[in-house]
Amino acid sequence: MSSILIIEQILNGLQFGVMLFLMAAGLTLIFGVMGLINLAHGSLYMVGAFAAAAVAGVTGSFLLALVAALAAAALAGAIVEMVVIRRLYNAPHLDQVLATFALILIFSEGTRWVFGSFPLFLDIPDALSGPVTLPGGIEYPLYRLTLIGIGLAVAVGLWALIERTRLGIQIRAGENDREMIAALGVDISKLYTLVFALGAALAGLAGALVGAIQSVQVGMGEPVLILAFVVIVIGGIGSVRGAFIGALLVGLTDTLGGVFLPELFKLFMDNGAAQKSGSALASMGIYVLMGLVLIWRPTGLFGARA
Amino acid sequence: MSDPVLSTLNLNKSFGALKATDDVSIDLKSGEIHAIIGPNGAGKSTLIQQICGGLQPDSGRVLLNGQDVSGQSTQARARAGMGRTFQISQLCMEDTVLENAVLGVMGAEHLAWRFWRPALKRPSLRDRAEAALERVGLSDDRDTRCANLSHGQRRQLEVAVALTLSPKAFVMDEPMAGLGAEGSKRLTGFLDGLRQEAPILLVEHDMDAVFALADRISVLVYGKVIATGTADEIRTNREVRDAYLGDEA
Amino acid sequence: MRLNEKYFNALMIAGLLALPLWAVVADQPFTITLVTRAVILALAAVGLNIILGIGGMVSFGHAVFFGIGGYAMGILAYHAQTYTALDLGPFSTDGTKSMPVIWLVAMILSGLVAFFIGLLSLRTSGVYFIMITLAFGQMFFYFAISWAQYGGEDGLSIYVRNDFPGLNTLAPIQFYGICFTLLCVVLFLFARLQASPFGLALNAARQTPTRVETVGLNPMRLKLLAFVLSGAITGLAGALFADLNRFVSPTMFSWQLSGELIVLIIIGGVGRLMGPVIGACVFVALEHFLGELTDFWHVYLGVVLLCIVLFGRGGLIGLLTGKEGVHV
Repeated sequence: MSSILIIEQILNGLQFGVMLFLMAAGLTLIFGVMGLINLAHGSLYMVGAFAAAAVAGVTGSFLLALVAALAAAALAGAIVEMVVIRRLYNAPHLDQVLATFALILIFSEGTRWVFGSFPLFLDIPDALSGPVTLPGGIEYPLYRLTLIGIGLAVAVGLWALIERTRLGIQIRAGENDREMIAALGVDISKLYTLVFALGAALAGLAGALVGAIQSVQVGMGEPVLILAFVVIVIGGIGSVRGAFIGALLVGLTDTLGGVFLPELFKLFMDNGAAQKSGSALASMGIYVLMGLVLIWRPTGLFGARA
Repeated sequence: MSDPVLSTLNLNKSFGALKATDDVSIDLKSGEIHAIIGPNGAGKSTLIQQICGGLQPDSGRVLLNGQDVSGQSTQARARAGMGRTFQISQLCMEDTVLENAVLGVMGAEHLAWRFWRPALKRPSLRDRAEAALERVGLSDDRDTRCANLSHGQRRQLEVAVALTLSPKAFVMDEPMAGLGAEGSKRLTGFLDGLRQEAPILLVEHDMDAVFALADRISVLVYGKVIATGTADEIRTNREVRDAYLGDEA
Repeated sequence: MRLNEKYFNALMIAGLLALPLWAVVADQPFTITLVTRAVILALAAVGLNIILGIGGMVSFGHAVFFGIGGYAMGILAYHAQTYTALDLGPFSTDGTKSMPVIWLVAMILSGLVAFFIGLLSLRTSGVYFIMITLAFGQMFFYFAISWAQYGGEDGLSIYVRNDFPGLNTLAPIQFYGICFTLLCVVLFLFARLQASPFGLALNAARQTPTRVETVGLNPMRLKLLAFVLSGAITGLAGALFADLNRFVSPTMFSWQLSGELIVLIIIGGVGRLMGPVIGACVFVALEHFLGELTDFWHVYLGVVLLCIVLFGRGGLIGLLTGKEGVHV
């Protein structure tokens, strides 16, 4: 196996990982600050993708499409927070799960109603299409490289936001002590809406960016949502740093496992059987990873100790 | 001299720079009530938690009936004979008074792994549970849901559940908390008779009750036992007056 | 109007007997199929109700056991209908078309998987538990998709319904009779379990684990056993479901199904004996009648569900009998 293939696959894993991070960061922030488990986060991802595809279809501008994705997801997030989520902060987890499950049904079928069951397509902008040559002679799609760049930029931006700004101070205070931020005179319900909209915007951005390399369709959000759950279980719920590390681990495990496990099995099996068992096992790889982390640390890599 | 039923040997526990338990060695002898008092934040709850298994000490041991129970789980200590009551009632609020008491008997008799005959129709469980309720005066409320009990009745039920365990030693965390004068007096009378059955380690804020009941009193300040002795000795102890009674008088 | 829960339960059972019999007389086989579907979903949800309603564990991955039951049936029947051997290392079998054997295998396998999933996920609680069970569900879903030997994404078709000694399972009413009887048996077991010492202790572990530990019991072990029993019953339901459709596919493992099982219980009433039954009936009726009116009936289901969560605790049984639901 060539080193070029390995580097390519590592880049693919990174790209998958940073997109998962965009999803997981919002989920983990919302849980950390508001104590809410939000199943409908995948729907916001879908909203972003559909908004982007619709706007790109009309204007032809990818940049406008991204802006639309961010705006639509943030707006949908803010509305959902004010109408439904707000009533759930002190509710049992079961209620949160059910209500946000209900939101998925409403979002998914509502979108199908408006856009129909056929997938939409969002094209990669011309400026970013085609491969680039990396040092070492590796040809890699420029768009995917851009995704890695955007993901890392968002990670740095989030870090700066949380560590360096007033809003960040309030978010960190909210994670530690809810009464404290009320005492500091912060308008909690505004803060919560803001955090929720921020998480939604990140999910929407991820939906739009990934929508350009996959198809945009109803139900696209939930598989990603569940992977994002795996990410934050591994990283520790509430920790943005944990979400980042967890996302890269999951992205790399999934991508590399899918490529290399069948290769590995070929060493002691015939090709067909190795392909089958290798990919079957690879599909379980990240869950095995999650299980191992849980045995080692039940609250995740960066989670609060129980 | 008889061996103590329950004792701690050089228990230490720190939370960061804060020393919550500082080399605490106390014991509880057969037939006595040993009260632990101390100002708020003196580390009483932390100490109780280490004795009952909710927290692991950094160092030191806990002995129950001559057996080293340090490192054992809460449930293992309960099985070894520790009967604990909580400062904040830990009861099944949706269940009836009788069901709460039956749960205790199930634990004591290792009868939780039975799947067929209803728990409440088993005389072996029910009789002992009802006897315990009778003793604390809750017989008439046996079918009341716990959520509908008054605060005082919940305190009584806490004690009744501990009784169902027939423990070797009671560990009671502020049983008088929130009781009115009347309730306090009744419970004081009850605990007075209980010490013959099993000794009681009593953490309590109600000083009237402590001085009326305790055979010995230990004073905990900043995680350290600064004095142990009879009620009279503690009353006249200078250090105690300075550290503790001083700021109340 | 306030109904006594006992009368209400008897009424439900009577209805489940009367409706299919009427359907036979009126020659409405599709109605029988609908009711059979409701009864099987109810059975799956009764399994979930053990851990959700009594033990307070929000498992969002119960489709795992439903799917394992389904695939147990599918694989055994597939080998029997193709006359191929199923090699299991040291021994090999020709598969089987016998329902009782399939049920037994389905229950043992799902119970076993439940043991391992429970062992891992019960190390955690709350939100972690929800996410982890959800993730394990997804793991099985993807595994089934990539399991090419048994149809992968397309699933497996079984041409003829499996046999039960002395019955003609191809007659809808006879197959319904089997499912209904099993549901009644499991409901009876659930009622016994709930009132038994084990049920009392499990119920206490939901409300206050600290208390359970303080009387010398291990809440984790109580919950693990409940998880295994729950998985086995849901697995049995999965085997029946596969037999009803004569088809298994990875969708039996899907997270939507896990969610719907919880929804059934919520509609009916958490921790109530007949909660899952009434929930399943309402769900199948909604699915059928709303599904005829609009392709987007899930939107309405979502709205109904949202209203139940935000405004009506205790589900339909709570509404009809005036009792509050248990708190999970």
